[in-house]
Amino acid sequence: SLGHSSSERLLIKGGRIVNDDQSFHADIYMEDGVIKQIGDNLIVPGGVKTVEANGKMVIPGGIDIHTHFQMPYRGTTTVDDFNQGSKAALAGGTTMIVDHVIPEPGSSLIEAYDQWKQWADEKSCCDYALHVDITHWDDSVKQEVETLIKDKGVNSFQVYMAYKDYYQMSNKELYEICSFLAEHGGIAQVHAENGDLIAEEQARMLQMGITGPEGHVLSRPEELEAEAVFRAITIASQTNCPLYVTKVMSKSAADVISQARKKGNVVFGEPITASLGTDGTHYWSKNWAKAASFVTAPPLSPDPTTPDYLNTLLASGDLNVTGSAHCTFSVAQKAIGKDDFTQIPEGVNGTEERMALIWDKAVTTGKMDENMFVAVTSTNAAKILNLYPRKGRVAVGSDADLVIWDSDSVRTVSAKTHNSEAEYNVFEGMELRGAPLVVVCQGKIVLEDGTMHVISGSGRFIPCTPFPDFAYKRIKARKQLAVLRAVPRGLYDGPVSEFSPMSRGGTPSASARTSPTKPPVRNLHHSGFSLAGPTTPDDIPIRPAGRRVMVPPGGRSNITSLS
Amino acid sequence: MSGYQGKKNIPRITSDRLLVKGAKIVNDDQSFMADIYMEDGVIKQLGENLIVPGGVKIIEAHGKMVMPGGIDVHTRFQMPDRGMVSADDFYQGTRAALAGGTTMIVDHVVPERGVGLMAAFNQWREWADSKSCCDYSLHVDITEWHKGIQEEMESLVKDHGVNSFLVYLAYKDVFQLSDSEMYEVFSVIRDLGAIAQVHAENGDIIAEEQRRILDLGITGPEGHALSRPEEVEAEAVNRAVTVANQTNCPLYITKVMSKSSADVIASARKKGAVVYGEPISASLGTDGTHYWSKNWATAAAYITSPPLSTDPTTPDYLNSLLACGDLQVTGSAHCTFSTSQRAVGKDDFTLIPEGTNGTEERLSLIWDKCVVSGKMDENQFVSVTSTNAAKIFNMYPRKGRIAVGSDADLVLWDPDVSKIISAKTHNLSVEHNIFEGMEVRGGPLVVISQGKVVLEEGVLHTTEGCGRYVTRKAFPDHVYKRIKARSRLTELRGVPRGQYDGPVCDVAPSPKVMSATSTAKTSPTRQQKQQQQQQHQQQQQQHHQQSAAQPMRNLHQSGFSLSGAQVDDNIPRRSTQRIVAPPGGRANITSLG
Repeated sequence: SLGHSSSERLLIKGGRIVNDDQSFHADIYMEDGVIKQIGDNLIVPGGVKTVEANGKMVIPGGIDIHTHFQMPYRGTTTVDDFNQGSKAALAGGTTMIVDHVIPEPGSSLIEAYDQWKQWADEKSCCDYALHVDITHWDDSVKQEVETLIKDKGVNSFQVYMAYKDYYQMSNKELYEICSFLAEHGGIAQVHAENGDLIAEEQARMLQMGITGPEGHVLSRPEELEAEAVFRAITIASQTNCPLYVTKVMSKSAADVISQARKKGNVVFGEPITASLGTDGTHYWSKNWAKAASFVTAPPLSPDPTTPDYLNTLLASGDLNVTGSAHCTFSVAQKAIGKDDFTQIPEGVNGTEERMALIWDKAVTTGKMDENMFVAVTSTNAAKILNLYPRKGRVAVGSDADLVIWDSDSVRTVSAKTHNSEAEYNVFEGMELRGAPLVVVCQGKIVLEDGTMHVISGSGRFIPCTPFPDFAYKRIKARKQLAVLRAVPRGLYDGPVSEFSPMSRGGTPSASARTSPTKPPVRNLHHSGFSLAGPTTPDDIPIRPAGRRVMVPPGGRSNITSLS
Repeated sequence: MSGYQGKKNIPRITSDRLLVKGAKIVNDDQSFMADIYMEDGVIKQLGENLIVPGGVKIIEAHGKMVMPGGIDVHTRFQMPDRGMVSADDFYQGTRAALAGGTTMIVDHVVPERGVGLMAAFNQWREWADSKSCCDYSLHVDITEWHKGIQEEMESLVKDHGVNSFLVYLAYKDVFQLSDSEMYEVFSVIRDLGAIAQVHAENGDIIAEEQRRILDLGITGPEGHALSRPEEVEAEAVNRAVTVANQTNCPLYITKVMSKSSADVIASARKKGAVVYGEPISASLGTDGTHYWSKNWATAAAYITSPPLSTDPTTPDYLNSLLACGDLQVTGSAHCTFSTSQRAVGKDDFTLIPEGTNGTEERLSLIWDKCVVSGKMDENQFVSVTSTNAAKIFNMYPRKGRIAVGSDADLVLWDPDVSKIISAKTHNLSVEHNIFEGMEVRGGPLVVISQGKVVLEEGVLHTTEGCGRYVTRKAFPDHVYKRIKARSRLTELRGVPRGQYDGPVCDVAPSPKVMSATSTAKTSPTRQQKQQQQQQHQQQQQQHHQQSAAQPMRNLHQSGFSLSGAQVDDNIPRRSTQRIVAPPGGRANITSLG
């Protein structure tokens, strides 16, 4: 599939290259979809197409790390397929997407993966990779996950803590999945919402006669999102597995993530275009179709200060990557749930608006600089997916996915002009400063002078390899530290009470164990205490070797300094 | 007296008259000098130069502090565990409590699955009535969940004076309840006006970790702590707080053992959640490094769940939070087992019976760690050892206060006495004391229970079976005032809209998740009556809005205009959700924008 781009040569002159670490002026020469030279006064073949950047910024193309193009839903499909979706992405300056494969519970992961890959190969206009969602868990799924990691180029798997009795995983399953992924170098992604509580709340809302889209947000308060994030972090930390929280929609969930990061957890948070750009007050719109177009899960927070807060955390590095979770349905599809909000198909648009929105909300407001902008829209995603520096950087040898960014252009978002098939746009009427002037994908110009030149099916599948350094360096170091060991003791030889053998919640296999060593028998009733002070046996460190004790930077709050 | 459940032995104490002279009375709000006259187990007069009958027994306090007797809100005396019974029964246990200045205990009824709450409750009543030396009350633990349990809870609250129920988030496949069950239990508890208590640990993760630790060949008591890291406790606390907030149910976390879980409680309180945290003697006084002791029996004596934290700075931290009010009550979770009973788990830590001592040491320990160190004053000491417990569980001011009409449960406290805790001298029947060798300052000189002197000059004069069952009414003000105000606020309502009349996609009948009840609902337009007002400032707008007619209109027409103002701008944002910011505002990271 590389053939069509092999003869393309392109020179961008006079641009200011913006990577996540620095910005500098240089020309860029590309050939065969790869950046060949960077510098001043480059020697290039004659007749090369030249784009004059006139000092404008040249940034690595965006990576939309979360899309649901062409997603099947109860016999229908989301309105933006891989062609339409990737076209919208390119129009906004995103040159790579990562779509979620969602196997039906009980069906094969690999079959679903093949199906998605076939759809994307046929239609996608830009490079893509795939996350695979784990919708059920047993030994065969385990093997498929291993195959996907080893042979199929997938390194990230999403599990659902919501959608009770359908996709939802129990804590035990989460624990097993995280352990398994940690062992094989995968990233555990979670859709974090407490599905049990949502089911209870949904039943309550419907009983109260609340059937409209406002019921969606009322039955999914942000605490339920925060709770699930907290639980996922606990499990990931127990299993020493890197965690990635998809769709950070609320302040509370973001707070939980940033606190966990301060305690040293390896966790990444992904706010999406919608949560960075709008809020959940629209669920109360009197226009049913409009209200329904905002339905996504976790829902947009009804707290209107949320987008600003999330943009701030993105700027401070507490949240790391941005996606769009682009998953659009027509009004007729949303209307499946016209009498019952629980039946409304979930998803919002955002792949086209993502870059401009973040530029407008975070860079023009001075929350972040252009380098940080590149980090959160492209570089960090590439690092987590283990595609760096092939993607996410303007450097010799990297893919020629570039955007010439015009920081002064102002556009108004509207469903009338967007590249999505959906009738509604959740950012309708929003004025955004900053937009792509030229988009280069695989070394070819796909957007110029406001016109798109895309080729359906030109997108390549980009395999992701396991153990990305960005996440796993720390995990590996911790694994070495976290060796647990038993205390060598004499055998207890005192009296033992009679008891009924029923176990109290321990494991069934717990009975026939022996102690690790057998040193000489001694009087175990002899107290090890002395009145003088602590009774620590002198050859054992007080702190068990395997436990990390981490204090947040800056120490605990000052209440403890009282003593 | 109507609260007393007709005990035949009440007349025995009616002739007791007692005068405490020259005392500095310490309540949770103030301290003052006065004499106290008691009769029939009740405080009759308070003041100077009291006129009292002749021949009354007089105790000279010499200006020392007299405080309300301690209330130990968490004991497990005589608790059955797999055919064994914890070593201290109600007699031995309450004697130890009295020796330490605690004049009331609240024990946990733990029904075996399938036995039923009422049967277990009656069993515990029988045990305690025959043996307890001080007044007592009972929490009932919910160890399984079905319709019958709900009816028994109702009867316990209405007819038997129980207002607190504990659910377990740990002990998988034995006591553990799921999130859905917890939600339902909390909803029932809230409707009954009781308090939801939670044993907070994530049992699913623990089960996995236990298996892993055993697979590693770690079978000793250190495996107990390793398989239950404090994050697992904090996670469960966080989840319980979430469910309690959703159901608007007051929450009480038993056994706060780690910094992380205390932090979760503190931050939830800052967000406005009605949640109480109970650190216990063990977590306030010692730490989990002892699990690594080479002496198996010593290590096993510390086994309790959640485990003592292996971070040795934990006790100090918890004492500080207790002093600043982030944690409110203290119990002992006294549940002792002899070494031979512990040895049931000598080859497998998961089988070691769980529980530590602490009912006798509780008051002295907190005095030593908090008052002597200057973290709290004597009044706050009374709050956390007695008054707050009485308030939360609706026994105030009968218990937890020195006032006319209150029960004559008093302690004459000596702040200067110093004592070394040891298994050799404690009033328990077990071989180990987890506070062994600790020197504590502060102790009871005289203890008065039911108007009778039960401890004097270091000698206990207790009567087996004289303890009365204290009934507790539902809807304690201390807890439910806020809950009631909130349930008035949290009425939800639908948005009145025209019927959607556009095209609808044909779909396969729902594989999408939903409760079974979700199909035959009608539109929200008939909900007008339910639409109670939430906030005063919104009332006007809402009236306006509700009275507006709702003509059919083209729903495809966008409500947006490019100017930023929108058709539905007049609708209040979210009328039903509370937005509670922590006092002092968010951390300053947000002020950037």
